[in-house]
Amino acid sequence: MFLFEKALVGSRRYKIWVGALLAYITLAFVVYLYQLNQGLGITGMSRNVSWGLYIGQFTFLVGVAASAVMVVLPYYLHNRKEFGRMTILGESLAVAAVTMCLMFIMIDMGKPMRALNVLLYPQFHSIMFWDMVSLGGYLILNAVITVNALHAEQQDLPLPRWLMPIILLSIPWAISIHTVTGFLYAGLPGRLSWRTAIMAPRFLASAFAAGPALLILLSLLLRKLTRYDVGKRAINGLAVIVTYAMVINTFFILMEFFTAMYSRVPGLTEDFQDIYLGQLVHTSLLPWGRTSLVLMAAALIMLLIPKIRRNERTLAIACGLVFLSLWIDKGFCMVVGGFIPSPLGTITRYVPTLPEIAITVGVWAVGALMITVFYKIALAVNAGEEEPAHAPIAEVAHSVTAIGSAAQASSTSLHPGLMPSGPDGRGAAGKDEQSWHR
Amino acid sequence: MKMTRKEFLKLTGAGLVLVFGGQELAALDRMAQAPGPNGAKPQRRKQWAMIVDTRKCAKDRGCTSCMEACDWAHNIPDIPDNAHQIKWVWNEPVDKVFNDYDVRYMEESQRTEPIPVMCNHCDSPPCVRVCPTGATWKRPEDGIVMMDWHRCIGCRYCMAACPYGARSFNWVDPRPYIKKLNPDFPTRTKGVVEKCCFCDERLAVGKAPACVEACPEKAMMFGDVNDPKSEIREVLAKNYVLRRRPELGTGPNIYYLI
Repeated sequence: MFLFEKALVGSRRYKIWVGALLAYITLAFVVYLYQLNQGLGITGMSRNVSWGLYIGQFTFLVGVAASAVMVVLPYYLHNRKEFGRMTILGESLAVAAVTMCLMFIMIDMGKPMRALNVLLYPQFHSIMFWDMVSLGGYLILNAVITVNALHAEQQDLPLPRWLMPIILLSIPWAISIHTVTGFLYAGLPGRLSWRTAIMAPRFLASAFAAGPALLILLSLLLRKLTRYDVGKRAINGLAVIVTYAMVINTFFILMEFFTAMYSRVPGLTEDFQDIYLGQLVHTSLLPWGRTSLVLMAAALIMLLIPKIRRNERTLAIACGLVFLSLWIDKGFCMVVGGFIPSPLGTITRYVPTLPEIAITVGVWAVGALMITVFYKIALAVNAGEEEPAHAPIAEVAHSVTAIGSAAQASSTSLHPGLMPSGPDGRGAAGKDEQSWHR
Repeated sequence: MKMTRKEFLKLTGAGLVLVFGGQELAALDRMAQAPGPNGAKPQRRKQWAMIVDTRKCAKDRGCTSCMEACDWAHNIPDIPDNAHQIKWVWNEPVDKVFNDYDVRYMEESQRTEPIPVMCNHCDSPPCVRVCPTGATWKRPEDGIVMMDWHRCIGCRYCMAACPYGARSFNWVDPRPYIKKLNPDFPTRTKGVVEKCCFCDERLAVGKAPACVEACPEKAMMFGDVNDPKSEIREVLAKNYVLRRRPELGTGPNIYYLI
């Protein structure tokens, strides 16, 4: 596999981390085999709450995947150079997140061995078919972009011209994946709390807050663990994006709140009460919904104060709160809330079981492993000759041009040579802009 | 379970010889006489429907004959855990079935009266719309919402889509929980969704659905609602009936006489 050899070497700390992840993934896989053998009855899901943690995680991660667009768009369309070093991180985060989405879909299936039926008997009227098309397409787009961007950087060449339309296509495509995921819920006649036109916009707003928040945290972590620095301007720029997205998300939630509480239409009102207020009945959702709201409010206040937002330490806390609050809201409350009460008015408690949680954490571990490996490769490519230990391996593995360019790469960080050729036309200048550092 | 129109008619003919009387036979008969060469669409599409007369049903409050008949006919497991139960036809109190109708001041005994609920075999079924594999579909010739347990991938999107809670998922292997096996009907495996099929296997041989036949009070009436001359249409013409959540536009085909 392309550049994969760079992930096989590393410090002791790197090896321990990767080893621990692999060990846990193996354990989680064994638990999954148990689920496959026993059926989904080992989860907390039931007749009335027939989707739970798995589909919640899927929904949340579609958002994380879509959020890559929040660095790709300013970088390629608006020529915001400060996002250069972050772009590859965002794109590979998207690849990892979509992979996790597909895994969550698979583990939620009663008959995963029949998954190909979706392709063998495509149903164009099913939103799930279109979700598969959009997610699969997005995975391919981002994989192609990431691999070619790394290749170009490694050889110190500009991005191939044919890649630019693909990058541009990935921008609306990112919006589409979360819109279609919103349609999965918003198109069902019987679930009042899901059947809202603001579902997809709200998904996008929360995605553009949670995803970039995660990216900021990962960037700060990278700088701490390695020499790779995405730059203060990129962090600050992304923090502003998180703030805007969080404001819009809160606005959308308040819109829903108003419609539900003021119209007093029972199904709608009840759902909000179940999750956030708990006036009618006490369900397992109530503490989660309240926690999420409190964290959201705290994060929003922190982000809105420039002093706190610009201080990286407090920004990290705010981003952690954003991520956690939206994870609870979207990854748990939103999905489960739609099933309570059931069509026959039954309130069913849903509490994920231990095996269910173990499998869920396992998929997150796969995501963490993918991110680790992707970032390791990206950093190794970026650092170039700084790590002479694996330079020979790279030379053996790649073509003559690769060897040539490796010798040519003498600066501490390689030039990506990216030429933004967005609609603003600024990219045409090209050559002299090759000095940007990714 | 799938069959061509020709096979269906053949079996229907065999059924006519075999069987006891009833309005559904007349309906089947009319369909058999429908014009058109083999493979051509019948001029009028059939839509099987059912009327549940809750007043007759209420005569014997503890009665579970319809459910027992269905459970045996379709190898439905008796799973003790509520969360994992499989239900094709089952009882729910009136105020839960019609929780969007105003039944507040109804007499307690009437309000909590258990009445049978099942798949509504909707005119525009949301479960069929969302199914990503076509494992559930609306049969064109008679409007039954069918289920292919061999194609279902167990994604449970149909369960989220059904506004009636009429679909069940096999959370565990159902076979150990089947009390008495009916060798003429398939059992299911863990990981697939199932629901009431309006006894398509019995209709194919000219029999009425098992629940209709089993009801001691004759509280269930079955027939073709697209046939203006059918007995079911006569009852619908003369009585005020309720359907579950008609405002959703799904067009349920189970009618309740209250």
